[in-house]
Amino acid sequence: MESNQANPSILCSPEGSQRTLYPYVTGTSVVALKYKDGILMAADMGGSYGSTLRYKSVERMKPIGKHSLLGASGEISDFQELLKYLDELVLYDNMWDDGNSLGPKEIHNYLTRVMYNRRNKFNPLWNSLVLGGVKNGEKYLGMVSMIGVNFEDNHVATGFGNHLARPILRDEWREDLSFEEGVKLLEKCMRVLLYRDRSAVNKLQIAKITGEGITISQPYSLKTFWGFSAFQNPTAGAEGSW
Amino acid sequence: MSKLAMDVPPKGGFSFDLCKRNAMLAKDGVQLPPFRKTGTTIVGLIYQDGVVLGADTRATEGPIVADKNCEKIHYLAPNIYCCGAGTAADTEAVTDMVSAQLQLHRYHTGRESRVVTALTYLKRHLFSYQGHVSAALVLGGVDFTGPHLHTIYPHGSTDTLPYATMGSGSLAAMAIFESKYKEGLTRDEGVQLVTEAICAGIFNDLGSGSNVDICVITKGSKEYLRNHLQPNPRTYVTPKEYTFSKKTEVLSTLVTTLKERVEVVEAGDKMEE
Repeated sequence: MESNQANPSILCSPEGSQRTLYPYVTGTSVVALKYKDGILMAADMGGSYGSTLRYKSVERMKPIGKHSLLGASGEISDFQELLKYLDELVLYDNMWDDGNSLGPKEIHNYLTRVMYNRRNKFNPLWNSLVLGGVKNGEKYLGMVSMIGVNFEDNHVATGFGNHLARPILRDEWREDLSFEEGVKLLEKCMRVLLYRDRSAVNKLQIAKITGEGITISQPYSLKTFWGFSAFQNPTAGAEGSW
Repeated sequence: MSKLAMDVPPKGGFSFDLCKRNAMLAKDGVQLPPFRKTGTTIVGLIYQDGVVLGADTRATEGPIVADKNCEKIHYLAPNIYCCGAGTAADTEAVTDMVSAQLQLHRYHTGRESRVVTALTYLKRHLFSYQGHVSAALVLGGVDFTGPHLHTIYPHGSTDTLPYATMGSGSLAAMAIFESKYKEGLTRDEGVQLVTEAICAGIFNDLGSGSNVDICVITKGSKEYLRNHLQPNPRTYVTPKEYTFSKKTEVLSTLVTTLKERVEVVEAGDKMEE
């Protein structure tokens, strides 16, 4: 009789193990750039559940070890899983107690392998990651996508940031930006994202990583301007349209 | 009783008669011919005296660049111009048609065309085709009520904006506008901002490229600056001329004039009817 059998479709079917099919709670873009003393990274604190802005205090940037900073967009639970893996990795490295520590290049490589292998098993970690760090005076900024595409560049962005922030960065980034100039440039990008990305929240953090260490700022908001006179009565000439 | 064949008056809107046949053909493996799209960056902005429109000049057919220097800013009226993105044939045809309708309207009313008139003609046409006429337009002009800038989407909805971008490069161009637009721009600042926005589209979007076209419209005048900026010139042109191998030698020349073979008779017979 079939009375005591558990539902067979989940346990015995070939797709018994469940895999990530679509993301649920997502974070939007992360933007980062290299500046004179290290790396600057910015991300807002929103976690959207589909089209609702459900969580507004999600920290999407975390320090890894002594030398690196990881920012993630995409599924938040997969980001938390990655932090667990990285925690084990850093702990294992510390236990050697040999004076060496994992630098950003090594962490970037590890993340690439993890993401690519998960994608090959058709069970991806649904994230786009930005990894920045400074070790022995060398600045490093790289990106890994959810299918394992990885590269290194002077400025990176994930998600919508690719379309809206990278054109600005390609135009205005230069070597040897000072801290204030870098923050101003990042804020410019985040402001455009706030205007034009529907899943952006006006509560962001900016993180700085230099040879001295890692600081993640307190959350703050950007000033926006909505007072163009053309927005006041836009359809004065064309009744019935927007 | 004989069947009366009634002439049903043609109804407006899209005729879906051929859709079933197209679906059947697609099932049998017949591919629709590819259409040439203008994967594009088009922008417009209002400055203190009028409107500046800008466009790139690349027309693509899938992954190939079909036309390196096409014109995407179309004439509608002496004081109204329209940039078009989407299917090239659709934008050309729809702007040509509305331009003719506007001229007839000008003769009928005896007045300069208004931008909202062009807007209404375009949106009514596009809506009646339910988005199948794939034309996304940035319409700008100056009439006696002032400068106007509108965007029109393929399904027929419109927006009225101080600055607007459309096409595949619209996000790159909008990023520039959102970070640098302010009110009360002068003509040179407006042209500079539009050029920067189109260049952002040209260099960051694969569907846009080649040169920048600009059109400045003010009360009573317009300037169409075709290829205002050419940031993608041919980088290598061979300095030597092409050399051809030695031609056949001419040994001798003999010229014979043609004789006249027609004799014109003064008083000929009349042609028989």
